[in-house]
Amino acid sequence: MSILVNKDTKVIVQGFTGKEGTFHASQCIDYGTKIVGGVTPGKGGQEHLGRPVFNTVAEAVETTGATVSMIFVPPAFVADAVMEAAEAGIELAVIITEGAPVRDMMYAKMYATKKGMNTIGPNCPGIITAEECKIGIMPGMIFKKGNVGLISKSGTLTYEASHQVVQEGYGITTAVGIGGDPIIGLSYKQLLPMFEADPETEAIVMIGEIGGDLEIQAAAYIKENISKPVVAFIAGQTAPKGKRMGHAGAIISGGSGTAAEKMAALEAAGVKVVVSPAEIGKAVKEVLSK
Amino acid sequence: MNIHEYQAKEIFRKYNVPVPQGRVAFTVDEAVEAAKELGGKLWVVKAQIHAGGRGLGGGVKLAKSIDEVREWADKILGMTLVTHQTGPEGKVVHKVYIEEGADIAKEYYLGMLLDRAAEMPVMMASTEGGMEIEKVAAETPEKIVKVNIDPTVGFQGFHGRKLAFGLGLPKEEVGTFIKFASALYKAYMDNDAEMVEINPLIKTGDGKFLALDAKMGFDDNALYRHPDISEMRDLEEEEPTELEAKEHGLSYIKLDGNVGCMVNGAGLAMATMDIIKHEGGEPANFLDVGGGANPETVAKGFEIILKDPNVKAIFVNIFGGIVRCDRVANGILEATKITDVTVPVIVRLDGTNAEEAAEILRNANIENIIAAENLSDGARKAVAAAKGEL
Ligand SMILES: Nc1ncnc2c1ncn2[C@@H]1O[C@H](COP(=O)(O)OP(=O)(O)O)[C@@H](O)[C@H]1O
Ligand SMILES: [Mg+2]
Repeated sequence: MSILVNKDTKVIVQGFTGKEGTFHASQCIDYGTKIVGGVTPGKGGQEHLGRPVFNTVAEAVETTGATVSMIFVPPAFVADAVMEAAEAGIELAVIITEGAPVRDMMYAKMYATKKGMNTIGPNCPGIITAEECKIGIMPGMIFKKGNVGLISKSGTLTYEASHQVVQEGYGITTAVGIGGDPIIGLSYKQLLPMFEADPETEAIVMIGEIGGDLEIQAAAYIKENISKPVVAFIAGQTAPKGKRMGHAGAIISGGSGTAAEKMAALEAAGVKVVVSPAEIGKAVKEVLSK
Repeated sequence: MNIHEYQAKEIFRKYNVPVPQGRVAFTVDEAVEAAKELGGKLWVVKAQIHAGGRGLGGGVKLAKSIDEVREWADKILGMTLVTHQTGPEGKVVHKVYIEEGADIAKEYYLGMLLDRAAEMPVMMASTEGGMEIEKVAAETPEKIVKVNIDPTVGFQGFHGRKLAFGLGLPKEEVGTFIKFASALYKAYMDNDAEMVEINPLIKTGDGKFLALDAKMGFDDNALYRHPDISEMRDLEEEEPTELEAKEHGLSYIKLDGNVGCMVNGAGLAMATMDIIKHEGGEPANFLDVGGGANPETVAKGFEIILKDPNVKAIFVNIFGGIVRCDRVANGILEATKITDVTVPVIVRLDGTNAEEAAEILRNANIENIIAAENLSDGARKAVAAAKGEL
């Protein structure tokens, strides 16, 4: 079992024929993901990577029955692409593109919500169900199959966490890179109940960052609703106030969004919080061998 | 991207957000000229830097004559202004804004930013004008009135009324206030602002609302569609090394410690700073080399890190994914040929092809390149090396 995506999930790629789209779509295909086609306006009717190309998402959905779209279009066109996917009845849009304007994402997410479409990202590595389905840019071989669910704001830290879990002899059910932008799709609070309901997931790792209050919301949710053990690490404990650390959201403003307050809230919710990013794997082992 | 008060007020004027008359000046003579052009009997000389708290820091001065304008402009231009937002090193003032002196009857606060939880903008007002808003929020949160504005419907009368009545404005002033707030909303949305802050917003003796201060910041990702705003960028306000890094696709922030860090990915870069601290050291910087980690970016990274004389060791922490570790290892060796690296470099490469990478580094046999087994081993070695204990 897994959450959101598995070996049967049919995926299309928006921005299929571009450089990034091509490279990562072929990696996904190699991993075993059912990429059933792609969309590049104006290139409909062609074939790319052995899959059909469509002019519109609606056509692609109608012909292939895809339920998930992986989005690689340039930042200025992301909102348009997301809304087109929502309109066409896609159930989940995984937005990899980095650099989309916040205002665009605000409208795109509102529209997606209205149409009942889930989104992941933007500016994220994507989602992977280990050894079944990779929708994104993460290195597939790091995610061995196992019983740990992973939710992370940061890309390479997701890989780091999975790697540590695997080194301790465990593995991953599904890993979701939710992205660190100010407006993102599915977040801890929506993903935690999915992992709670997934019979194969026995523990959850959550990687957070300074900025915003998603981790605080997650802590409140965990306290009331999650029975499985949760391990958390918050990056940016030593980040100075007011400086933006890479991600648009990773900034401590005023007194809020600090690592310390997030760590305290999670700890109070019964989460095993690690101070060092090197301890994630060990902490997973500890909670799973209890 | 942030802009200066005088630039924000230019935008305000365009959107009919009322502001006092004013002119920017780069020299004392220009300041005097500006004051003469403005006329009147009272002027304010305001240092233009990207930081608030200028008043308390001595960067905002009232002048009662043209001579006083000259005096203050002379003092303020070129001074290093230290405020609670500049950090202890302060910022050098390169320009002043000469503004007509306003008749202040009452000071308020009005600001807008993205409410991430609501996923839409929020407008905030307070009767505690002139105060630091973070302080008001922490100590007397009940004195801040907030209203979320759904951008699909835009700014409505009820948004304005909630704020106006929340501020306790008498009913004859509510209409003027709503006009002001609605104009501000439009200036914010149209320009993809990230935040706008008017502190203080004043009511004048004759009952008008005026933006006496103006701060605006913009979403960098949206600048491509606002060439007029991109032009307002003031490179003098940006840290030169950070700027240089950005030009090479690196994201660098200088910190105070002595362990330089080079990492791929922002989250892992922050985590690397954290683990250095955890092992008893102090990070010298945040540096995200991005996905590439090719010889040129790594070399540039070394060069930038080594500009900081405090750096005593460098911790390279790369998690190889799609870019394999063996290629990164070769890149690091290449980079040491491009840039002369004089301090110990502790390299931790993990992920795809990590073993081959370790082999490459070992075989290269370069004295100051030390391979680490894993994340904590790397951090420990880097901290020890910076202390001269390795
Ligand atoms: N045009 C003006 N007329 C009269 N007083 C002013 C004027 N501009 C600023 N001031 C006064 O100076 C103070 C500080 O100026 P402000 O623009 O808010 O800078 P900062 O917030 O950086 O200190 C204001 O709170 C106000 O009391
Ligand atoms: Mg002010």
